[in-house]
Amino acid sequence: MTNYREIAWQGLWKNNPGLVQLLGLCPLLAVTATLTNALGLGIATMLVLIGSNVLVSLVRDYVPKEIRIPVFVMIIAALVTAVQLLVNAYAYGLYMSLGIFLPLIVTNCIIIGRAEAFASRNNAFSAAFDGLMMGLGFTLVLAVLGATREILGQGTLFDGADQLLGPWAKALTMQVWQVDTPFLLAMLPPGAFIVMGLLIALKNVIDKKLKERQPEAAVQPSVTRARITKVS
Amino acid sequence: MAFKIASSPHVTRNMHTSTVMQRVILCLLPGLVVQCAFFGWGTLIQVLLAIIVALSCEAAVMKLRNRSIKASLSDNSAMLTAILIGVAIPPLAPWWMIVMGTVFAIVIVKHLYGGLGHNLFNPAMAAYVLLLVSFPVQMTSWIAPSTVALNTPSVIDSLQLIFNVGAHGGMDQFRLGIDGISMATPLDTLKTDLSLGLTTTESLAKSIFDGGTGVGWFWVNLAYLAGGLVLLKLKAIRWHISTGVLVGLFVASSIGFLLSPDMQASPLFHLFSGATMLAAFFIATDPVTAATSPRGRLIFGALIGVLVYIIRTQGGYPDAFAFAVLLANLCAPFIDYYVRPRTYGHSAG
Repeated sequence: MTNYREIAWQGLWKNNPGLVQLLGLCPLLAVTATLTNALGLGIATMLVLIGSNVLVSLVRDYVPKEIRIPVFVMIIAALVTAVQLLVNAYAYGLYMSLGIFLPLIVTNCIIIGRAEAFASRNNAFSAAFDGLMMGLGFTLVLAVLGATREILGQGTLFDGADQLLGPWAKALTMQVWQVDTPFLLAMLPPGAFIVMGLLIALKNVIDKKLKERQPEAAVQPSVTRARITKVS
Repeated sequence: MAFKIASSPHVTRNMHTSTVMQRVILCLLPGLVVQCAFFGWGTLIQVLLAIIVALSCEAAVMKLRNRSIKASLSDNSAMLTAILIGVAIPPLAPWWMIVMGTVFAIVIVKHLYGGLGHNLFNPAMAAYVLLLVSFPVQMTSWIAPSTVALNTPSVIDSLQLIFNVGAHGGMDQFRLGIDGISMATPLDTLKTDLSLGLTTTESLAKSIFDGGTGVGWFWVNLAYLAGGLVLLKLKAIRWHISTGVLVGLFVASSIGFLLSPDMQASPLFHLFSGATMLAAFFIATDPVTAATSPRGRLIFGALIGVLVYIIRTQGGYPDAFAFAVLLANLCAPFIDYYVRPRTYGHSAG
């Protein structure tokens, strides 16, 4: 199965980890108060996902079926530790603001889910591509959620981007609108749940519109018979 | 001769939703009038604003859902929700707060869950909690009652304060204006004083507590109580929930008061302060979000009463009814599951 187009479509839209599989909701809801945090966590998750998919795919023929889950978990844990140390070394501000959710990537169901469902059955290249696309899909949802909540909550975008990208990124921070009083709910977890629900609803609407536009092309010309004898 | 066969229930009351809602709204009026008398025109402006927003939202959602706009507007439920939000929030809160709260109540809490009859939570209280959690400063600065305030804002002043225009224009001046005439509610004052180490008696000696339960608040509560009793008489609500709330609150606060009279307010203070009567008769009794059987309703009401006492004394927010009602809403299906009325002809259980 090396249909890259299908893999991309699955990861980015049809089987999006955030919007459809609803995996990894805990970090999704907890750290998306700002766009910077969302991007940081999304990219970290994506890195782990690509790495774990490649490694799992490489060892898939040597791991006995009975103990595959512990092996996968150890691979993932090692990768998460590496990513955590990297973030700690090169983006300390982000490390502090992501807090516990960075090490908690190890428990994110997307990663073990993709390892089990895709990487352990496919070759390393398509597994890497799947990791990239699933990670990208997750990051996109995080980013949209983070941007919405940041604009609603404090009226800014890319606040604290320098923590993620270095000092030059301070220029990225923009004031979308002036808020006199921060809208606390958007920044608290309930706001994340509400925005998330609205995002899922939006995706369903788009899917429905797409479906409505398609049926003319998709209808199969079936053979019509005057009389159908009962088969069973 | 043809027999007309109808399915049960055979005993029905000829009272439509719109009639019930209308009666509830009418019975709210005395309380509203008294509240305006003590706290100025702000409340009335907030209520009107909320009604306009609620009806527009209701109509817009009904149009989106391809339902009859007229039918849903004439059932008065949106208007009732709007009035409840209007009387619950501080009279001089800025206009965008009540607009945001009302939109949230109607669109998200009510219609996203399926509209009237399907909502899990009381829309007005969910909106109140949204605003209280999001904007704690504005939501806790009540205007001083007219009898102790130095000057009360006129209609024009209230409009200018709420819409933030005219002579008060500019955010800083606006804040200054608010601070000049606003003060904490009696419940809030008592909580602050107790945390500062004063005893209840010392705190209650302040001018805001004239007569024991706070200037104005006592009469507001009394007016809502009167309205609620009329509502009972009209049979628009049943007695179980209101009784449950009041008894629950009374018992819980009596126990607290007997255990440590210095640190706890009297049961009378709890019953006639804050939103007690409004909530007991007009908010908790919402038939959609409450338990359904008589026994279940008693439990539902008592749960609210006890929760209110706990949150008022232990929690960080000044009044507790919104939180208590939402928590009890969550418990309502659970209560209904365990408290089932005995079916005629079957043994209990």
